[in-house]
Amino acid sequence: MAAPAEKMDTTEARIAALSMPQGGWSDAARADALARLRAMGLPNRRDEYWKFTRPDVLTQVETPSAAVLETSEAQVFSNIDALRIVFNDGVFDAEASDDLAMEHVTIDRLADTSADIHWAGSLYGQLEKSGQTPVARPLGALNTAFATDGILIHVTGKAPRPINLVYHHRAENSEAILHHVIKLDAGAELTVLETGPAAARFNKVMEVDVADTAAFHHVRAQGRDHERHAATHIFTRLGTESTFKSFTLTVNGRLTRNDCVIELTGDDAIAHVAGACVGDGDFHHDDTVFITHDALRCESRQVFKKVLRNGAVGVFQGKILVKAGAQKTDGYQISQSLLLDDDSQFLAKPELEIYADDVICSHGSTSGAIDEEALFYLRSRGVPTEIATDLLTLAFLAEAVNEIEDEGLRDALVEQLEGWLERHRG
Amino acid sequence: MLTIKDLHVKLEEEDKQILKGVDLTVEAGKVHAIMGPNGSGKSTLSYVLSGRDGYEVTGGEAHLGDDDLLELEPEERAAAGLFLAFQYPVEIPGVGNMTFLRTAVNAQRKARGEEEMSAAEFLKVVRARAKELKIDADMLKRPVNVGFSGGEKKRNEILQMAMLEPKMCILDETDSGLDVDAMKLVADGVNALRSEGRGFLVITHYQRLLDHIKPDVVHIMADGRIVKTGGPELALEVENNGYADILAEVA
Ligand SMILES: Nc1ncnc2c1ncn2[C@@H]1O[C@H](COP(=O)(O)OP(=O)(O)O)[C@@H](O)[C@H]1O
Ligand SMILES: [Mg+2]
Repeated sequence: MAAPAEKMDTTEARIAALSMPQGGWSDAARADALARLRAMGLPNRRDEYWKFTRPDVLTQVETPSAAVLETSEAQVFSNIDALRIVFNDGVFDAEASDDLAMEHVTIDRLADTSADIHWAGSLYGQLEKSGQTPVARPLGALNTAFATDGILIHVTGKAPRPINLVYHHRAENSEAILHHVIKLDAGAELTVLETGPAAARFNKVMEVDVADTAAFHHVRAQGRDHERHAATHIFTRLGTESTFKSFTLTVNGRLTRNDCVIELTGDDAIAHVAGACVGDGDFHHDDTVFITHDALRCESRQVFKKVLRNGAVGVFQGKILVKAGAQKTDGYQISQSLLLDDDSQFLAKPELEIYADDVICSHGSTSGAIDEEALFYLRSRGVPTEIATDLLTLAFLAEAVNEIEDEGLRDALVEQLEGWLERHRG
Repeated sequence: MLTIKDLHVKLEEEDKQILKGVDLTVEAGKVHAIMGPNGSGKSTLSYVLSGRDGYEVTGGEAHLGDDDLLELEPEERAAAGLFLAFQYPVEIPGVGNMTFLRTAVNAQRKARGEEEMSAAEFLKVVRARAKELKIDADMLKRPVNVGFSGGEKKRNEILQMAMLEPKMCILDETDSGLDVDAMKLVADGVNALRSEGRGFLVITHYQRLLDHIKPDVVHIMADGRIVKTGGPELALEVENNGYADILAEVA
């Protein structure tokens, strides 16, 4: 079905303003993605999954400007022993990056068109493509077509340490389009960390193919810049007895849309996706998750917590689709917001669609204020209101943060949250 | 130490007078008990003294030493040395008991201009105090009062009191819901804190707690007032005859 004319105009204008990298193994996949994008058109307010979040800034030709946050503070994961790969406004920084080499892992760059990256050639854009049904994700297709760089990671065994993708934002009008492809062979294990705002406007796709019994862990912190805009997608496919766990911390950001599309295709696989966000004022954060159970006895968990104040807006759209035959599915979903004042807003759209009869699926969504009883109890012990409020706020976020298995990573994120709360009191 | 004069309190949301002129002085080193029928205003008195929302003081005053309690925020009252062991301790999911205790101790020290307790020193003290109250390591690690039994919650209140070393301790029905052994633990915890510089106000329904924590003075509260004051024998009188006689006598 052709998209309406207005939508087509926006889409064509955006396409015309971008240039597609040429001359490598990804050419065919990019052309294919461009055709997909043209057929569906970029999102607008009338699209079902964009009712709560205005996509204009993400689809317009002009890059919105975003002040660069000057901070002398260390990066969130700087104390974690990891292989660092650094991008400045989406441009790879060889100087600041470690050697792209690690035991059981091959690491290449998407921008390196000369390399014959056989495995990536057959995967690039494929999970994004299959993630377009039943819900279109045009920004993902745009990314596949126009990504300027990205990291291609092939994991054949247990990676000795995490890979940390560090995204610096340097220029006020920068735009970054990055596309990572990660393939874990049977039994392989890898943790990927991501930190930083990346650019004034960031479009990122991460495709993760998790083979049987492999395990992928992902923890990211989306920087502290207040004015940046980001649309990110994770597309993942899980084999038998494999594990996928992803956690995202978002503090600040004018607009964030994080899509996570998970397909459980092998029996007994586990997928957990969680997020904690804190926003003050000009902050709009949207988590959109789609989990498809298409195998026996798989477990999926979605845990999202949002702390909102001064007119900040939080959105959660989470769907569990259980296909016919996906018996013994165990699906859990919770999305909660803590509204620190009356101006803030949380919009939630939980969905369950189940075609198997022997499954357990539960979902819940709540919006609430600070518990006055608990606040008084703390104050009566001498804890000042501000510190008591911070404690209760961290407690609210704990259920999501505790989804991170690694204690060191968890502590690093809690520290960042504490810092944010301290800076945003009153 | 604690001086309450002609205290009148109504509910903020309703036109309902709860305290109708309470006069009470607790001297340092003394234990005062307040007994009285349900609904007479005992908990309200303890809440108003500690600064809980929802009440309006319509007359009278309350001082702790030189501090005008009614002028202070709840946390300032705590730093000034006031402590209330709650009738219903609050559960706080997600906040570890240990973090809570340490934050409270150090916040009070900071407010008083004292040096904060180091993590190591704190751990040493808290372990010793917890042991006396038969509070195990697991209870210290768990979120504040979450999943605690009634007795565990009350012991946890006494642990907080022991760590915070307040000048003036108010215990609101700390004995309710306790079996004999737990009551003994709680009473021992309180008795260990008795000292010349510290005052206690023990609110209770029953004589049995007062067998363990020997009061110097016993007050009977009814309908928002202290209607009778006497020695420990007054508690026995209540135990044997109930409140009816006393209330008839003062009516
Ligand atoms: N927040 C409140 N809302 C409504 N009524 C209250 C509130 N607090 C106290 N009261 C009323 O005030 C009276 C005294 O209650 P309380 O102080 O709890 O008595 P006690 O502790 O002596 O049993 C009761 O009638 C009670 O219902
Ligand atoms: Mg009471």
